[in-house]
Amino acid sequence: MTAIETLARPAQRIAWQLAQVRGIAAETYRVKSLMLRVANWRGHLPGQHVDIRLTAADGYQAQRSYSIASPPEDEPLALTVERVDGGEVSPYLVDDLRAGDHFELRGPIGGYFVWTVATRGPLWVIAGGSGITPLMAMLRHRARRKLRAPALLLYSSRSLDDVIYREELGAMVRADPDLRVVHTLTREQPEGWVGHRGRIDKALLAEAGFPPGQNPCIYVCGATPFVEDVSRFLVELGHDPLTVKTERFGPSGG
Amino acid sequence: MDETPISRGFRSRRLEQTPKNRVPPGQHVTTDFPVLSAGPTPQIKVENWNFALQLGASLLGKWSWAEFEALPQTTIKTDIHCVTKWSKLDTTWQGVTFDDLLKTVGLGEPPTAYVMAHCDGGYTTNVPVADLVRGKGMIATRYEGLPIAPAHGGPARLLVPHLYFWKSAKWIHRLRFMERDQRGFWESLGYHNYGDPWKEERYDGD
Repeated sequence: MTAIETLARPAQRIAWQLAQVRGIAAETYRVKSLMLRVANWRGHLPGQHVDIRLTAADGYQAQRSYSIASPPEDEPLALTVERVDGGEVSPYLVDDLRAGDHFELRGPIGGYFVWTVATRGPLWVIAGGSGITPLMAMLRHRARRKLRAPALLLYSSRSLDDVIYREELGAMVRADPDLRVVHTLTREQPEGWVGHRGRIDKALLAEAGFPPGQNPCIYVCGATPFVEDVSRFLVELGHDPLTVKTERFGPSGG
Repeated sequence: MDETPISRGFRSRRLEQTPKNRVPPGQHVTTDFPVLSAGPTPQIKVENWNFALQLGASLLGKWSWAEFEALPQTTIKTDIHCVTKWSKLDTTWQGVTFDDLLKTVGLGEPPTAYVMAHCDGGYTTNVPVADLVRGKGMIATRYEGLPIAPAHGGPARLLVPHLYFWKSAKWIHRLRFMERDQRGFWESLGYHNYGDPWKEERYDGD
């Protein structure tokens, strides 16, 4: 994480643009993907996010950040949003928004939690719940480019019904022998579940993950306690902290 | 864009209205304390901690934890504003002000106009000296009267609360004076070089 100390350079403001909702896909009972048309989208890298701004009829505005779920290769731009109960923006996006609606958006934003096929080493992404979103952009990008460097998704969900992109991930694994997807279900497991149970712990990271000697690029995304635990375990297992990139969803993210 | 589009059906769901002069544009008030860091939280023991003031090749001062704790302590109550849109009101911090650090090393005037904060894990952020003097910046070691939790930057973090909170660098161990401004970590990755929340200087070019 060495700083790139450059001189100030001419900067162009990332302008607000109009995003039009082309379609909405239900991912789980509390998560939807918004398919957006953004007229002058300048492209993005997997892992980046956007800011969105909603304006009420009385002029009240609210801004939030959401990770981009779609890879750079795809159109429309997809955001995946989880309803945070009691939240102000996510319940509107998940429950009220309809195709044809529009809102303001600007981006892409963020240049650190980013992975492209040009990055060396195995890709290891570790998701807690809706933390899968920016990681899915990486996996989709990898799939579009038909990259055959090894990749692993370790994905913690509350129950099978909470697994976002479940079918797509299954299809990805079937089409790609170099991709592994390991699920763990923390609260509820269906009858006959043979996968992992409970939270991601050190033993699961050691058993399922790449060893430090393979120099994986590791991305961890989820709620703050999840990311704190997983990233600490990874460092304790011998992974260099500089290879572990994190994105934490605060409880006020709604 | 010229005209702000109305989001059909969207309305405020806030129960309390916070006075506008407390919350910068685009921010909303939170009562919890979200954590945002680029990597794993370093677990730093105070026995191994030290803090240094650096100018060029020389150290102006270096303190162990015990020595730092013996410096004049200041407590401030302030609002903080994270670029990820949350603001937290009336937070209380204790630590050593930048003014007192200068005094302790015998400097009447700051030697340069800029500093780079260096932190555990390689994180850096640049701040103009003018934004640290006259009580505006400190090295904080207590939050709400208790040691700062590692996830929130403990044992010590820079506190520059009038700028977006990424400037209040966690796990700080060195302040380096610079003749000319250079960009730190987030400033090199598309975030604004200065970061005034009241002007909504979130990203480069804002």
